[in-house]
Amino acid sequence: MIKTIKQVEIQVNDEGYLTDFSQWTKEIGAEIAKEHDIEMTDQHWEVISWIQERVAANDPLSVRGIKKSGVIDIKQFYELFPGGPLKVSTKIAGVPKPKSCI
Amino acid sequence: MYKLVYMKNLVILGAGTAGTMMANHLVSKLSKKEWNIHIVDQYKTHYYQPGFLFLPFDIYTEDQVKKVGEKFIPKGVHYIQQKIEKIDAENNLVSLENGPLAYDLLIIATGSKIAPAEVDGMLSDEWHKSVFDFYTYEGALALRNKLRDFKGGKLVVHITEMPIKCPVAPLEFAFLADSYFHKKGIRDKVDITYVTPLSGAFTKEFCSKSLGYLLEEKNIKLVTDFAIEQVDFENNKIIDYAETEVPYDLLVTVPTNMGDEVIERSGLGDDLNFVPTHPNTLQSLDHENIFVIGDATNVPASKAGSVAHFQAETLTDNILLYINNKPLKEEFDGHANCFIETGNNKALLIDFNYVQEPVTGNFPFAIIGPLKLLKESIFNHWGKLAFRWIYWNVLLKGIPIPFVSRNMSTAGKNINN
Repeated sequence: MIKTIKQVEIQVNDEGYLTDFSQWTKEIGAEIAKEHDIEMTDQHWEVISWIQERVAANDPLSVRGIKKSGVIDIKQFYELFPGGPLKVSTKIAGVPKPKSCI
Repeated sequence: MYKLVYMKNLVILGAGTAGTMMANHLVSKLSKKEWNIHIVDQYKTHYYQPGFLFLPFDIYTEDQVKKVGEKFIPKGVHYIQQKIEKIDAENNLVSLENGPLAYDLLIIATGSKIAPAEVDGMLSDEWHKSVFDFYTYEGALALRNKLRDFKGGKLVVHITEMPIKCPVAPLEFAFLADSYFHKKGIRDKVDITYVTPLSGAFTKEFCSKSLGYLLEEKNIKLVTDFAIEQVDFENNKIIDYAETEVPYDLLVTVPTNMGDEVIERSGLGDDLNFVPTHPNTLQSLDHENIFVIGDATNVPASKAGSVAHFQAETLTDNILLYINNKPLKEEFDGHANCFIETGNNKALLIDFNYVQEPVTGNFPFAIIGPLKLLKESIFNHWGKLAFRWIYWNVLLKGIPIPFVSRNMSTAGKNINN
C-alpha cells in the first residue's frame, strides 16, 4: 500500500506500518505521530531512537524492555504514547509492529 | 597401539515434558559404548500441566495430574534428582548441589514458570486467598477450594504479559468458569471479565476475528490493551499504566512467565530468562554444544507440550547430525496443535506454525477429519480429554502421534479464509 505524507510516497502495510525503513525520515515520523494526536518532543524522539537502535540490533521489543532502556520508565512511556505505547511508538519509528502475539 | 575410548556425556537439564521426551528419543539412538545420558531434575513429581486447567472445576482429581517422574525415564538413562546450581558453558560443566557434572553435549529443558513477584502487589497476603494462579499445582488446588465456596461476585481472568505458557489457557478458564457457574445455578450472580495486554481475546489475530462471538455468547466482558502496573489487593482492583482500573472479588491471573532462575544465574538468558535459540535448528545461539527445547527457548512458538513434542523429533535428528559433524537441519517450523475448551463439553482445535495462522478445516485428514479446525465440536472435547492418556502413554515416551507430523501440514486447511 502506498501512503503520501507531505508529498512523499511511502510504502506501508494495511495497519499503516512502514515496510521499508529506508523511506523513514523524522518528518514522516512526526506526521504519523500527529495521526495519533501526539506532538513530538525531544523525549519522544529519544524513545524513538532507542527503538530504532534495538530493531537494528535485532533485539526484541517489549514493554518490559523499556524498564531497562535507561531512557524512560514504563509509566512515562504510557504518558508519551497513550493507547498502546509499543504499537504507536513503533509505527512512528518506522519499524515493524512487535510480534508479541503468540 | 591402543586406542583409548572415552565415554562422552550427554546431559539433559529438566525432566519435564521436553526433557523426558528427549531422554526417551535418545536412549535408543545413541551408541551405549560411546555415550552416557544423564537427566537432572530436582523434583520427584511429574505434573500433567494441561490438567491444571481442569483441577479448579473439579473435572480432574489430584491423582490424575501427577505421577512419579522417574517412572517415565527409560532404563539406560541416569536419573539425577538434584538441584542445578549453575551451567558453566565456557567450561562445559554443570554444577549440581552435590558436585560438578561435565558434559560434551547439553540439552536445556528447564521450562518456564510463573513469577508473580514481577508485578507490585500480586504476591501479597491475598495470594491464594482472593488472588490466584492456576499455572501451579498449588494454585490450581487452592482455586478449586475457593470456587467450591464461591457464592458470586466479580471474577476477573487476567493475563499479565506475553509470552505465557499455553496462551489459550486463560481464555479456556473463562469459558469453563461460565459453564461451571451455570451448572451450579449461580451464573447470574457471577460477573466474568477477561483482561488481556493484547488487542484481542485470542493471541492470534485471525482467531480473534472469527471467535469473538464466543465471549458475547457466554456474556464474558473483555478489557484489551491492559498493561498491568499493580494489584491493589487492599481495594480489590487491578490498575494499569494508563490508569484503567478493573475491580474484582476473585482475581485469577496468569503472572509473568519466566525461564528458570538457573538460566539467569548462568548468564544464558534474555530479559525473561529464556535462552536465545535458533528457531529452526534448536541450537543455542551462543554455544554450539548446547541445544534448547520446550518452554526454555526464546523461539516465537507457543509454549506448549505439543510444540515440545514436535521440537523433540527435529532435535533428536539434529543431535545425531551434530555428533557426526554434519550440518544441522533447519527444520522446526513452530508447529503447534492445541485443543481449546469452550465449555459445555465442546472444544476447538487449532493447528498452526511460525507463519501460518490458525484456519478452519479438517484434521488430521483433509476430507474426513474427524476433528474440525477452529470450530466448536463435542468430538474435539473428547480429543482433549483423551489427550491426558496420550500424554502419559505416548507423548512422554517419544512415540510419534499417528498421522500428525512434526512439520505443519496444509492438507485439509482452508488457507485463504
